[in-house]
Amino acid sequence: MKMFTFAASAAILAWGSAAQAQQTLSMWYHGAGNEVESKIINQIIADFNASQADWKVELQSFPQAAYNDSVVAGALAGNLPDILDVDGPVMPNWAWAGYMQPLQIDEAKIEAFLPGPKGYWDGKLYSIGLWDAAVALVTRQAYLDELGLRTPTLEQPWTKDEFMAALDAAKASGKFEYAFDPGMAWTGEWYPYAFSPFLQSFGGDIVDRTTYKTAEGALNGEAAMAFGEWWQGLFKNGYAAATQDPADRDGGFAAGKYAFSWNGNWAALNTLKAFPDTVFLPAPDFGNGPKIGAASWQFGISASSKHPEGASAFIEFALQDKYLADFSNGIGLIPATKTAAAMTENYKDGGPMAVFFGLTEGQALVRPVTPGYVVQAKVFEKALADIANGADVAATLDAAVDEINADIEKNGGYGH
Amino acid sequence: MSMIAADNRGLRLVTRYAVLILIAIIFIFPLVFMLMSSLKPDQQLLQDSGNLRAFLPVGDISLQNYTDAFQRAPVATFVFNSVLVTGVTVALSLLLCSAAGFAFVFVRWKGRDTLLALLLATLILPFETIAIPLLMMVAHLPWVGFDGVSWGWLNSYRVQIIPFIADGLTVFLFVQYFKDLPGELIEAARVEGASWWQIYRKIVMPLSGPIFATAAILKFLVMYNQYLWPLMVTQEEGYRPVMVGLQYFFQLNVAWGEVMAYLSMITVPVLAFYLYLQKAFIASIASTGVKG
Amino acid sequence: MASKFTVSNGTGWLMAGPAVLLIAGFVILPFFLAFAFSFTNQRLISPNATEFVGLANYRQLLDVTTVTLEPVRDDAGAIVIKDGAPEYPSLRTLTRNNPDRPDLAGMREWFSFSLGGEDRTYVLARDVVFMTAVINTFIFVLIVAPVQAGVALGLALLINQRLRGINVFRAIYFMPVVVSIVVVSLLWRLIYDGQSGLLNNLLGAISFGMIPPVDWLGNPSTALGAIIAMSIWQAVGFHMVIWLSGLQTISPTLYEAAAIEGASKWQVFRYITWPGLRNTAVLILIVITMQAFGLFAQIDVMTNGGPLDSTQTIVFQAIERGYGKQDISGGSAISVILFVIVLSISLIQRWLTREKT
Repeated sequence: MKMFTFAASAAILAWGSAAQAQQTLSMWYHGAGNEVESKIINQIIADFNASQADWKVELQSFPQAAYNDSVVAGALAGNLPDILDVDGPVMPNWAWAGYMQPLQIDEAKIEAFLPGPKGYWDGKLYSIGLWDAAVALVTRQAYLDELGLRTPTLEQPWTKDEFMAALDAAKASGKFEYAFDPGMAWTGEWYPYAFSPFLQSFGGDIVDRTTYKTAEGALNGEAAMAFGEWWQGLFKNGYAAATQDPADRDGGFAAGKYAFSWNGNWAALNTLKAFPDTVFLPAPDFGNGPKIGAASWQFGISASSKHPEGASAFIEFALQDKYLADFSNGIGLIPATKTAAAMTENYKDGGPMAVFFGLTEGQALVRPVTPGYVVQAKVFEKALADIANGADVAATLDAAVDEINADIEKNGGYGH
Repeated sequence: MSMIAADNRGLRLVTRYAVLILIAIIFIFPLVFMLMSSLKPDQQLLQDSGNLRAFLPVGDISLQNYTDAFQRAPVATFVFNSVLVTGVTVALSLLLCSAAGFAFVFVRWKGRDTLLALLLATLILPFETIAIPLLMMVAHLPWVGFDGVSWGWLNSYRVQIIPFIADGLTVFLFVQYFKDLPGELIEAARVEGASWWQIYRKIVMPLSGPIFATAAILKFLVMYNQYLWPLMVTQEEGYRPVMVGLQYFFQLNVAWGEVMAYLSMITVPVLAFYLYLQKAFIASIASTGVKG
Repeated sequence: MASKFTVSNGTGWLMAGPAVLLIAGFVILPFFLAFAFSFTNQRLISPNATEFVGLANYRQLLDVTTVTLEPVRDDAGAIVIKDGAPEYPSLRTLTRNNPDRPDLAGMREWFSFSLGGEDRTYVLARDVVFMTAVINTFIFVLIVAPVQAGVALGLALLINQRLRGINVFRAIYFMPVVVSIVVVSLLWRLIYDGQSGLLNNLLGAISFGMIPPVDWLGNPSTALGAIIAMSIWQAVGFHMVIWLSGLQTISPTLYEAAAIEGASKWQVFRYITWPGLRNTAVLILIVITMQAFGLFAQIDVMTNGGPLDSTQTIVFQAIERGYGKQDISGGSAISVILFVIVLSISLIQRWLTREKT
């Protein structure tokens, strides 16, 4: 009898897997056009598909510039894949709108992860990233020596005055086209990602994070006004250019046009190639602690997925240190765990970019965790571009506040 | 047309050609710039872009950018999709819109004037302004295929074709043109007992080469250059057209050489096709002169 | 003319039906959807139910009011002069958290003027960006329509000569029309580049360095002009061909008669060519106007509406809000406003160019 049941269930099992083979899981990823990235993600998928018999992941790649639009259109049409990748600050919007469901992975597995790559909304884990990104003030040791500047550290970053004195010195030296390259050519998410930490360091924010229901006081309070005036001064006083050639963003620092460049870890390898004495300095402290942005692309599961357990299995599989290290080695991203960092060339102790790991651990602050962020980011971007181009600071920030508040109201408070 | 009696013809001729050539340069230089840049490595491309070298195949010339472009994106798939979608749409558009134009001009039927006025009103709606409601609509439309009824048109060829077959402008062009055809011919044919189909096929079509050519070219340009719409409705690489493919080249650091190579690849065939057809196209427009 | 043909309802519907149905389904129906959305708070993404909000979206876009302020006076009662002009109280004290003027909450200065005297009148709008977009669009249309039509006519006259190889020039002038506006905009972005762009180098070379480089797209005073110039460059060939077809409908006998009478070139143009082109002119003006109101791709590729809103346009705002900021209702309201504007203009154009009997 016992023997029989066993045989029967074995037969059923065998029949089941033979008939179904592997269940297909569709997946969308934003890396189309980037060969290295595509190769790594395809490797993970191939490994996963070969590692077990239940699931088979199939990939569709999208060009990054069109990715969010494609997901929104897909969601409108009820046509989302099982697994999708999502930019960290956008996740709450998609989760709130009902396009994503919480991950079913063992949280013990991500205990050692940096905080940036963990995407929480409403107390639940919706997305998890294999990496984080960090921004640093890029310059050369030779410039620091020449201009007679103290090298700031994580423990003792430059103050606002020290930073401005550094820009003054660079400007006075006459050696540079501009003292500072904030990266004005990278329109889009770069503005809130890279520049809102300045505002936060001044003591303001894009939106009031205690309630997430208004931007009044956060984006147009005293701290924000001070930030706005400072920001405008960068351009008015000739430290930086309000409009920038994209080519200068890519190669201007390497060509010696700028003394300081506010840039991400993903560009660091090229800079190191141009100047071996490149140093990556922590963000200055404008009064409320030094800040940089956290969170990059992460993996999540669509709400419409019929196989969330399979999708979770894939994501959990991808969280292995070796893949974290692969991505890091391939495209220069910061691995999400210390153990993976140790396996990489750039982020291991003493590695040329190890400093970024410290930066993201020590200074990183996620962008406002709210579904309204998607709109707030655009409003913030426009406000900063306008102020850089000479618009009245108070009027511009007021306008931004009104637009953000109107949007929050139109969305019934975004569920906060 | 003998507008000017020539005295010192030689000098006049030289000035005329000089003016013509100068204007030609204004119209053609960005295209030359594109082609030449596609042969150069990024660094040199950007250095050259500010001087006359931008128009010359000088320096480090190679087809490397083209090879790289093919590696970065499935260029052939994109071109195939664009050609398929454009070709089918143009063909169906010519058929349906000319038939409609015919009905509006030569046939009397109930509701004709009202409908024509309505169609003309659509002329003033830029597509961008209806794109979003249209997207929400097509996402829920039914489709009967070989495997039964399915819902939602996204991610298909039909969603790129069907909404664009008929449009007010094309119908309007046919209507305008047909109005100037000799109505007596058609009337006579009716009296002699010709069917409407025969009149359309045997009398109107042969007289309407120019307008078919014009409508085809206009539709072709609109369809081949579609950008916003396919971006919203195609999720699979296999359905994407050329303009969406352009996005593949705008990574954080733009590879301008590859961009120029890709732009050349999607533009030059169209230009060649146009140059091949342009004699017929412009000659056919010129032939409308007889109707005056 | 058509009235003399036999009535045939069946044939009419059969032949016009497919095209009419397609247009009704894929143009008119979506437009009515947009119209309906504009009275709600419909979002692109939202778990919240859509609510009817009446005219709120239109009020948000179109609300305009004026405030007249007296200049600031010091204790002695003299007007305070700042930067060579009288100083006025900050509008911010009126428009933000001011319990006395709840009607002004959220409004901003659009522009101000002074009708002599000391007082200054401020025109406040609830949505200054949209107002700017409307103005920019009108500037674009008002410049592009006549200039493009005029240049196209000039080219058509030029190309309508009997010269060897004229076909080659005709083909070349038409070429930009065949190239996608997205491609064209990308190329011109490089040409307009502020530092190493071709245009700056060309101007520098022909003026021997007298003209300093200009960041054409990055400067609020040149950006819209740069886009206008490029747009005309791209589309003018098409209208040249339409003019050309019009020119060739004019009977050669008229010109021969004029030559016999010894008419001057200008007289020939004024009394033969131009009257013969009347219908063509109407068509061209309407087509250009409609196209110009739809200005979007150039903005999207080249400037994103900046710098300082100098290149915002109505359609760009409709897409930016409806799709970019997920506010379908706001974007739809803009679409409806655009429709009303264009409809009024085409009615006026029709009335102005009506056949006088």
